[in-house]
Amino acid sequence: MAWTKNVLRVNLETGSCTTEPLNMTWAHDYLGQRGLATKYLVSEIDPKVEPLSPKNKLIFVTGPLTGTMAATGGRYSVVTKGPLTGAIACSNSGGYFGAELKFAGWDMVIFEGTSPKPVYLLITDGKAELVDASHLWGRTVWETEEAIKKQHQDPQIRVAAIGRAGENGVLYAAIVNDLHRAAGRSGVGAVMGSKNLKAVAVRGTRTDAYQVADPDAFFTAVDAGKKVLAGNGVTGQGLPTYGTQVLMNVINELGALPTRNHRDVQFEGAMAIGGEAMHEKRPTDGKANLVTNGACFGCTIACGRISRMDPGHFSVKDKPQYHGASGGVEYEAAWALGAANGVSDLEALTYANFLCNEDGFDPISFGATVGAAMELYDLGILTKEIVGFEIPFGSTEGMVKLAELTAKGEGFGREIGQGSKRLCAKYGKPELSMTVKGQEFPAYDGRGLQGMGLAYATSNRGACHLRGYMVSPEVLGIPVKMEPQATEGKPAMLKAFQDLTAVVDSSGLCLFTTFAWGLQDIQPQLQAACEGDWSEERLLLIGERIWNMEREFNLAAGLTGKDDNLPPRLLKEAAQTGPQKGAVSKLDVMLPEYYRVRGWTSEGVPTDETRVRLGG
Amino acid sequence: MQKSLHIDPNKCTGCLQCEMACSWENYRSFTTAKSRIKVFSFHEAGRFVPYTCTQCDEAWCMIACPVDAIRLDPATGAKIVLEPTCVGCKVCTIACPFGTINYVAQTGKVQKCDLCDGAPACAKACPTAAITYVDSDWTGLDKMRQWAGKTDTNQATA
Repeated sequence: MAWTKNVLRVNLETGSCTTEPLNMTWAHDYLGQRGLATKYLVSEIDPKVEPLSPKNKLIFVTGPLTGTMAATGGRYSVVTKGPLTGAIACSNSGGYFGAELKFAGWDMVIFEGTSPKPVYLLITDGKAELVDASHLWGRTVWETEEAIKKQHQDPQIRVAAIGRAGENGVLYAAIVNDLHRAAGRSGVGAVMGSKNLKAVAVRGTRTDAYQVADPDAFFTAVDAGKKVLAGNGVTGQGLPTYGTQVLMNVINELGALPTRNHRDVQFEGAMAIGGEAMHEKRPTDGKANLVTNGACFGCTIACGRISRMDPGHFSVKDKPQYHGASGGVEYEAAWALGAANGVSDLEALTYANFLCNEDGFDPISFGATVGAAMELYDLGILTKEIVGFEIPFGSTEGMVKLAELTAKGEGFGREIGQGSKRLCAKYGKPELSMTVKGQEFPAYDGRGLQGMGLAYATSNRGACHLRGYMVSPEVLGIPVKMEPQATEGKPAMLKAFQDLTAVVDSSGLCLFTTFAWGLQDIQPQLQAACEGDWSEERLLLIGERIWNMEREFNLAAGLTGKDDNLPPRLLKEAAQTGPQKGAVSKLDVMLPEYYRVRGWTSEGVPTDETRVRLGG
Repeated sequence: MQKSLHIDPNKCTGCLQCEMACSWENYRSFTTAKSRIKVFSFHEAGRFVPYTCTQCDEAWCMIACPVDAIRLDPATGAKIVLEPTCVGCKVCTIACPFGTINYVAQTGKVQKCDLCDGAPACAKACPTAAITYVDSDWTGLDKMRQWAGKTDTNQATA
């Protein structure tokens, strides 16, 4: 009912678009979105496939609550094998695109093969066709969206596209929809580029595509959920006012803000790049960086930042195309473009963030890679001759130039576009890459927050804060307060977070609801929308099943327990300042316990008993 | 007391809950494409503006209709399209200066906001009170209160 029960299969090799019924057995075992598309992917591709080869597949997928009045019910995900990590990649995005796909009547679009020439997919309700995109190749996400809307004379088309980064094989290229919402991590945009697929454009107007099973119960549950979000301090006040940037000063004061490629855990410039600074009037033009907050489809939180730059800033002085309002920095982006490099110029961060949206690349991996490059420069390994200009830590100009070069795929930007693992390996310092499984850390230090360290090490898509957000218990006290340096109970708590997150990521809802919502708030909404029995126990089992399915895929792809690791810096070099001074990650204490609570062997492989218990 | 929809664009976040509510009310579906209220995003300005019929007293759509398919609901003041009577000639869509009455190809009729019989679903669904349903005679009351609060006649004593 809440599913459209239609899958669109697009063979890019032959150009055929075919419809097939959704596998409802799988829908009941994996719910939707992340879980369901991953089930399709792992059933259809060889885990050892080269991610950028035609044999990899790329799946756009919605959840049962996508395109409904459930608060935040507008999410979609892109699932593939990731080129940055060689592991499962699943990137989640908001905006309006996901709901539009549902209105057009599709749960999922599966792309196979590689197109002989650049194309985009145009979906108009039940009709789908590949359209020549030769004229769009080499153009930005923003230009592409505008051109497609113009070409079809329909301003209401929703577009998800890659920019030049995806075309040029930047290993952390993103897919950007609605101009500044992104399936941002793990390089899903690079896979799209390798398939010569420039964009997916959708217009959905159907009223009969799907339905909630029990409308009365649905509205009761949805209204109750909205009240909880509105009444919660984080979702009702903190996020709308400051966005995720509410965290910058909090994490810095806690001594868990990785700075200058994790050499430090506190950044002296944090105040200048945080949520409060975005509200302050600039001395130069008397206006604040932040224009307003914005929501994704159906979202009653509205954490999005809409920013306008100082038109006199050196980075945009003669570039009027950046003088209008657009997507401003969120916490992770502000950290990566700023603290990770020692850059504290909010306007420069905003500009680099605009470029990440405009040409489709992940600001977290980009900024963290720049941090690694700056450390290599500091050590004298990278030089002005190699890079083309100077890039000491804290160089605003250096960071900005690297963003421009990475966007265009020129000069040293081509090396930055390969990510920090490959960059550091190339210059003989692999230990300086702040990554897990090849993916760069986001904005929390695994020494300062022990649970986050374990979350990074065990995340199925490489270092990531969105697979088990231990910041909630370790900083915010949600659902219970756990001391940052404690290890006891954290493996079990992390497992619970990972499983719950897999459910949320499979539902069509935004993970940020879980600052306020527990499973008891989500379950009634799913129960009312979907036919069948969706008890809390069953949902958690689905979450665990999804987690283990991703794990099994990674193991079959060639990863092992040895990849559940952190860089030596986090294990050996103690935090030098702040409340966590002296701390290193105690991963060795937590990991064996984590394997035990997961029902895995000491090598990190699910036991036969666990496999039987989870089924599916 | 007659009420009007009152829109404050500064409070709108672009979440489209109003569009889904409108679509649900009229189509039992969340399809925003069917909504009679539209939220426009002026991206470069960073503004979201919900827009729908203001229920003109002297309603040009009603006057223009050659078959009397648009009637006044005296209780709410809404101008209502009588679907069985509407012939889909679209003259009303030309007459309306604001574009808030539109043809629906699926039904061959026009549609416009009818205030949901006095309980507008969009206003109920709006999470930020950007859309409210208030006393027609006092839609400016909130703004008056805001400005009144800024009036300080006692500043000389400092």
